[in-house]
Amino acid sequence: MAAIPARLAALPDFSPRFVPVWRRNLLVWRKLAFASVLGNIADPLLYMLALGYGLGALIGEVGGMPYVAFIGTGMVCQSAMFTSSFEGMYSAFSRMHVQRTWEGIINAPIALDDVVLAEWVWCATKAVMSTTAILLVLMALGYGHTWLALWILPLGFLVGLVFGAFGLAMNALAPGYDFFTYFFTLVITPMLLLSGVYFPVEQMPDWIASVAGVLPLKHAIDLARPLMLGRVPDSALLHIAVLALYAVAAYYVALVLTRRRLLK
Amino acid sequence: MMDSIVERALPARVRGAHGRVLSVDGLVKRYGGHEVVSGLSFDILRGECFGLLGPNGAGKTTTLRCCLGLVDPDGGTIELCGEPVPKAAREARVRVGVVPQMDNLDPDFTVTENLVVYGRYFGIDRATLAGRIPRLLEFAGLASRANAHIRTLSGGTKRRLTLARALVNDPELLILDEPTTGLDPQARHLIWNGLRQLLAQGKTILLTTHFMDEAERLASRLAVIDHGRMIACDAPRTLIAGHVEPEVVEVYGDGARAWADVHGRALARRVEVAGETAFCYAMDATPLLADLAPRTGVRYLHRPANLEDLFIKLTGRELRD
Repeated sequence: MAAIPARLAALPDFSPRFVPVWRRNLLVWRKLAFASVLGNIADPLLYMLALGYGLGALIGEVGGMPYVAFIGTGMVCQSAMFTSSFEGMYSAFSRMHVQRTWEGIINAPIALDDVVLAEWVWCATKAVMSTTAILLVLMALGYGHTWLALWILPLGFLVGLVFGAFGLAMNALAPGYDFFTYFFTLVITPMLLLSGVYFPVEQMPDWIASVAGVLPLKHAIDLARPLMLGRVPDSALLHIAVLALYAVAAYYVALVLTRRRLLK
Repeated sequence: MMDSIVERALPARVRGAHGRVLSVDGLVKRYGGHEVVSGLSFDILRGECFGLLGPNGAGKTTTLRCCLGLVDPDGGTIELCGEPVPKAAREARVRVGVVPQMDNLDPDFTVTENLVVYGRYFGIDRATLAGRIPRLLEFAGLASRANAHIRTLSGGTKRRLTLARALVNDPELLILDEPTTGLDPQARHLIWNGLRQLLAQGKTILLTTHFMDEAERLASRLAVIDHGRMIACDAPRTLIAGHVEPEVVEVYGDGARAWADVHGRALARRVEVAGETAFCYAMDATPLLADLAPRTGVRYLHRPANLEDLFIKLTGRELRD
């Protein structure tokens, strides 16, 4: 990899100029809202109901909660991860490469930094949308009737920032849509199986549990489950700090890679 | 008002820096070891249409990207709308409109939504935007299609909308990168009419093209660039008069080559052969025409020298990728 010139490696420029770009994405979403919401929640909902009631009948309670609620809380975090990764990769790639929307925007008095910031915040916004939808279903099923459960929404935003940034970094490197398969195989799937979405990680061999300890999704789930039960999570600040660190570091990488791709 | 009338009457070199909408001085841009732009300098004066003409890969688009501050030059200085670029490129772009080489309208939006959303990027408030959009639609001939979806528009209509979108901020300088590439003749004429209207209103235009007729119709001054260097820069007619003989006779057909070798070279000041066509350049074509008139087996066309002759003379006949 060629050396990266100083201008491309500069710290992110944060400015409210990102707002009109974010609003552009919102306007597109509003036109396709129904299909988008359905797409975001149909999958996790099916898994939650099928596994929750199917396996739940055999398992009963896990981690102090009914299995439907256990897996449902996992699904809330998982859908935040999926939605934001998808947005940062496939949707951003359409806007950047296929439709050349970004090219049009940076001809206006908006910097590429503003565009990437807008996309990042948009990824997290969509994560909150799908988090909200699944949380509502869980609440309709009779779980999470506690004010503390509402903290899961800002948590969804934070998870969206982490995986949105991962997605945008992949986007900056992608020659085409097929490239994103690597991310799903190498990052998302292991994350899904090792972070305790379907079963508690604590029962796994020690070495697996310690690998899980560095995964961002695990930290999100460690925050979400107690909140659903109306408890303040243990070491909440640590979990938040880990997620924030992932988000900020991945965003910086995504930004530098995007500048390198487009500002030459 | 008085000032600007006085200023227009002055020769270019007497005008102050405020008469220049864009100044490029000694621009250099390298990719890897390859120098794409090599010390390019030019000024664009308020109210003129300046054409950048060059074969593919001559450095036209790179030059535009440097001027907009999207790429850092490796040397030279750029001043756009009074702002140093790339340092204050964003501030400069507030007063510039861009029509890109490839369409990038938002396919999910209607015609009007495209203009509204783009206007927001300039921080234009809702009321101002609402006032401007009907006039922009009128200008683009899209008043009756305000709510049409982009996917339903033809290539030419999309281009007109892209042009209208570039005017949403009422720019001082309009930059067009090959604005009519890929359009049919009718659509090209509509775009040209639009651009002439803008020039009549006093707008300044920077245009890149490799269509000679486009450059000749629109540009008040032209810079011919090749391999990142300026080869010539002046008004189109002056350039032609300065570099090319005034009359051209094109001779076609199986016998053209043989005729050119024997007679053409004797009667014309300069002959170029490309395939089965001989181009004869002369100060006066009368002897050429007298020789050709009785012949059979060759067809010919007598015409005044044009920009294409100039372009070919300056940049050669070999193919570029």
